[in-house]
Amino acid sequence: MSLLPKSPKARRRLMLLAAIAPVLALSVGLALWGLGDSVSFFYTPSQAEKAQPPAGRSIQLGGLVAHGSVVKHSDGAVEFTVQDKQAVDKVVFHGDLPDLFREGQGVVAVGAFRQDGVFEAKRVLAKHDERYMPREVAKALKEQGEWRGDGATPAYGAPAVKGGV
Amino acid sequence: MLVEFGSFSLALALAFSLLQAMLSATARVRRSTTLAAAGEGAAVAAFLGVAGAFAVLIHAFVVSDFSVANVAANSHTEKPLLYKVAGAWGSHEGSILLWCLALTGYGAAAALLSRSLPRGLRALMVATQGVLGAIFLAYTLFASNPLVRLVDPPVEGRSLNPLLQDPALAVHPPFLYAGYVGMSVVFSLAVAALIEGRVDAAWARWVRPWALAAWSLLTVGIMLGSFWAYYELGWGGWWFWDPVENASFMPWLVAAALLHSAIVTEKRGALAGWTVFLAIAAFAFSMLGAFLVRSGVLTSVHAFALDPQRGVLLLIILGVTAGAGFSLFAWRAPALSPGGVFAPVSRESALVLNNILLAAATASVLLGTLYPLIREALTGEAISVGPPYFNLTFTPLMAALVLLLPAGPLLAWKRGDAMGASQRLWVAAALAVAAGLGAYALVSPRKALAAAGVALAAWLIGGAIAEIFERIRAFRVPGAESWRRLARLPRGAWGMTLAHLGLGVFVLGAFVETGWKQEVAETLPLGGSVDVGGYHLALEGIASVEGANYDAERARIAVTRAGAAVCQAEPERRTYFAGGQTTSEVALCYRGANHLYVVLGERRDAAAGSVWLVRAYWNPFATLLFFGPLVMAAGGVVSLSDRRLRLGVAARRREANPQEQPA
Repeated sequence: MSLLPKSPKARRRLMLLAAIAPVLALSVGLALWGLGDSVSFFYTPSQAEKAQPPAGRSIQLGGLVAHGSVVKHSDGAVEFTVQDKQAVDKVVFHGDLPDLFREGQGVVAVGAFRQDGVFEAKRVLAKHDERYMPREVAKALKEQGEWRGDGATPAYGAPAVKGGV
Repeated sequence: MLVEFGSFSLALALAFSLLQAMLSATARVRRSTTLAAAGEGAAVAAFLGVAGAFAVLIHAFVVSDFSVANVAANSHTEKPLLYKVAGAWGSHEGSILLWCLALTGYGAAAALLSRSLPRGLRALMVATQGVLGAIFLAYTLFASNPLVRLVDPPVEGRSLNPLLQDPALAVHPPFLYAGYVGMSVVFSLAVAALIEGRVDAAWARWVRPWALAAWSLLTVGIMLGSFWAYYELGWGGWWFWDPVENASFMPWLVAAALLHSAIVTEKRGALAGWTVFLAIAAFAFSMLGAFLVRSGVLTSVHAFALDPQRGVLLLIILGVTAGAGFSLFAWRAPALSPGGVFAPVSRESALVLNNILLAAATASVLLGTLYPLIREALTGEAISVGPPYFNLTFTPLMAALVLLLPAGPLLAWKRGDAMGASQRLWVAAALAVAAGLGAYALVSPRKALAAAGVALAAWLIGGAIAEIFERIRAFRVPGAESWRRLARLPRGAWGMTLAHLGLGVFVLGAFVETGWKQEVAETLPLGGSVDVGGYHLALEGIASVEGANYDAERARIAVTRAGAAVCQAEPERRTYFAGGQTTSEVALCYRGANHLYVVLGERRDAAAGSVWLVRAYWNPFATLLFFGPLVMAAGGVVSLSDRRLRLGVAARRREANPQEQPA
């Protein structure tokens, strides 16, 4: 008892501190660990080419679904390419595409690159809104000077005259 | 004409809100009861004004008046009536009007139901509520008016997003907003108390019913939203740690902390400053939620269409309102009395610890939600923070909270008896260990974490029952005496027990569902089959169905277990006429508390014939995920019905019968 301060007020403050300190340490520690480890970066294909994320590292790949690139296999697998102005990446995905997945529209694929450079998506996100362009995709396209306003498709995303689907 | 009347009614409501703020504030300065009554009248008039505008908007949706821009953008003549009505709050503009309706409604209710409050406090509360109403009504009227006409009305509307055409989502926003905005009364009471410079036990008792009502409504609202995401998105999950979900979850956590700290302030006069702080924070987080959902600063799977300009306006409103509240707190809080002393082991300490953990949990959710913004502002890199972060930070804090929870109610105020509490809890502890070990040993595959979760849930449920047994002195006094005590338990005690039981039920569902869920995805031809969770699913047929505003493919999937028929799952894939959007209608087979969850995906035409993508999940105990929160909310409602919480009753009773002390 002699180590504790005499006044009840100071003693209460000390108690409170003793209770808060471990919780604070625990939560700050966990937060830093979590933010270091489980944050996933967003790249467009050309950004991914520059950053070279290691195979297996979870990232998000965003861009436009190239016209005529979507191949649906009867075993449930889907292949398509995601592109920005400078680069393209091949994406494979097993499962149900989101209801709003369209060629020429923006998507975000969550997953990781394989050793062979193909992106294996665990989830493909498009949004509830048919006028939707994922925010990161919109921003990246704007930086490349390829933004035509909401809902408009950049020229290279438009269907090719001969090979359109 | 009616629409113009609605706009006018909205403008009137704004005028009345301003009047309400000025009259009530003047009433406080002049100490005039006449002005105060006029201020309260203005509060009611403001509510009626917004209600009129809201009724006009609903009418415009019901009769499909496409000359109103909002109706043209969100409705369609072929839409079922329920979704025409729900469409009124399905868009940004409409939902903000719903927010205003709730805000002025709470303002009117607070003005009418607080007759027992000291006059000064009451006038200041009504004034603050008026200021809040005026701010949001001005925003609605000038920046997001849902009743704006189109110069050139279209023949047909663009329809509400099909995913939103769902009964759960039709009622989700009203509950959610009633919860969010209920915090405004708590906020106003806090501001009024800070200006008056008096935060005491009586103040805490006035705060509690509003906080309880708002928290219960918010619980139901979040649960409905989660249930909707569960069966409408067809992803098999019920919580994605999406920014929009976090936005509604943070005010819930703060409100839960407030409910607990207000008890300490009410019973012991301690923690007054902290309780006021939480009261302000609860509404600040509600507004942050409104801002995050509407501004589009964060990428979310279920946000409204983005509108950065309005986002900035909402950010300014958030900054000004919350900033003013917190500044007032910083200025006036040091003057508040520090309150009673208590021992390290006591009910007070347990509740303080509860608050520390809830606050830390809120902070970690806040950090995870806003970190992408911070990171982007600092380094320009776009990132996202996913479920692993939240599982890592939030879950341990909640586990610690759950571990300590059953002990709290068993400790006495001021100086508790740790030995006594642990003696009363050993049965619950034994039960928890047995349940955990049993789940680990008997359920295959073996999952240590999920088994630990089962133990935690058993600990919570057992602890809640032990607490009731303790109150009625079960097995220590004759049975008849225990029954008499049980019948006379105050509703508040039942409410607490129910809320804690509900949490236990939810924890059980969350860990079992997450740990032992099974998932398969296969492409099936007609007659093909797939197995999940011990069930055999055979695709027997595909039929074309015509809905009111969509065409659909409906699968007939026979579910059997060991040869015996279990149920017929009929998931659909719908294509809506308006917009051509497709959605999946999940089929749920209820097996006790477990769900068999079947989704029909795309048709793939191959040379050998068509195949369909079928995904099926076995979600054990999934019903508990939604039943648990309902029990928690029921606990809130039962607690709210306690006589002691009813405004004025306690005070009047004490005057009439000074000997009777509320327990």
